[in-house]
Amino acid sequence: MAETGTYLYAVSGESGRPEPAVLDALTGVAGTPVRAVAHGGLVAYVSTVPLEEFGEEPLRRSLEDLDWVGATARAHHHVVETVAATAATAPVRLVTVYSGEDKIREMLDRRHDDLVAVLSRVAGRREWGVKAYTPRVAEPAAAGAAGRDEGEAGRGASGGGRGAPSGEPGAREGGGASGGAASGVRAEDGASGRGGVGPGTAYLQRRKNSLRDRDSAWRISAERAEQLHAALAAVAVDSRRHRPQDPQLSGRDDLMLLNGAYLVDDDRREEFAATLEALSEPGIVIELTGPWAPYSFAAPDAPAHERGDRDGG
Amino acid sequence: MAAETASRGAALAAEGRLPAERVALVDLLDRLLAGGVVITGDIVLSIADIDLVRVSLRALLMSVRESQPLDTGVRHEPSRL
Repeated sequence: MAETGTYLYAVSGESGRPEPAVLDALTGVAGTPVRAVAHGGLVAYVSTVPLEEFGEEPLRRSLEDLDWVGATARAHHHVVETVAATAATAPVRLVTVYSGEDKIREMLDRRHDDLVAVLSRVAGRREWGVKAYTPRVAEPAAAGAAGRDEGEAGRGASGGGRGAPSGEPGAREGGGASGGAASGVRAEDGASGRGGVGPGTAYLQRRKNSLRDRDSAWRISAERAEQLHAALAAVAVDSRRHRPQDPQLSGRDDLMLLNGAYLVDDDRREEFAATLEALSEPGIVIELTGPWAPYSFAAPDAPAHERGDRDGG
Repeated sequence: MAAETASRGAALAAEGRLPAERVALVDLLDRLLAGGVVITGDIVLSIADIDLVRVSLRALLMSVRESQPLDTGVRHEPSRL
């Protein structure tokens, strides 16, 4: 028989754990059945998986395959969702594989207090995701910090933006002689006898102004995102900001202002949604996702210990 | 106004519920790769142990993981790809 490992999806308390029939009907990663391992008042949800697929070497390859990752993530998520539908649940990070069930029990002993703290913190609460976008400004440097560096200050830097070969003509041509760009400057060509502004300087000035405008637009957007996040966080028990999503993964080219996760009491979800609605404004697209199992609030960097201590003491 | 806001909020909350298969993978990966309980010790392996040397998933993980500095909510760093 092929070697196997024990794949761990999530941990819950005894209370509200799914009926055996519900688990029997579940399919986990790689099409495997899912079972519960109860130990010390906690329940771990696991599958036996072939190490041919989940051993280290095969995983190295599989993890390069977005289709495999997607299918595995969805299967993992499906199990977590099923458990979280009825029980306070601590989801476990994708692809956590033990050598056997005995190791799962040892872990439940070793991490018992941490897990109990997480479970008590997420009980009666759900995670909601809020993403906010603003349409990307059609200037090449608008997307990234690269273009915002003070050092840029010149014409040569137009490539600094986010992979934008369709660079803005004004920046490309430089020298102030660009055809369609801001008018009025060309008139200065050869007429700099005033000792005033030469074409190069004018260009730089214009460029600087444009960068300043963009910078302030960027700053305003960032401030809006901060305000939105703060208002939502005020209704939530806890909040966390994920990194902005990679446009290649999200398929969205809009500038992502906020990728937030909020742990919200179930009886405040209306209030949360209303807060979100009230903060909607033109120029910002807001998307709500969820409710999620509390993925973003089970990680060790979440202040589980502090909160556990404070709540419990 | 308040009533309208509240009802729209409720509608928003209601429609936020998506069947698992319709959840956007990118939203899921945010949570499954940067969230969740991380357990070390006595395990065969976890993603955390894998030295992701190559290509697409490395980029994916970099884009999702918080080990990278999160200095603003506004930037993308596609240059890593």
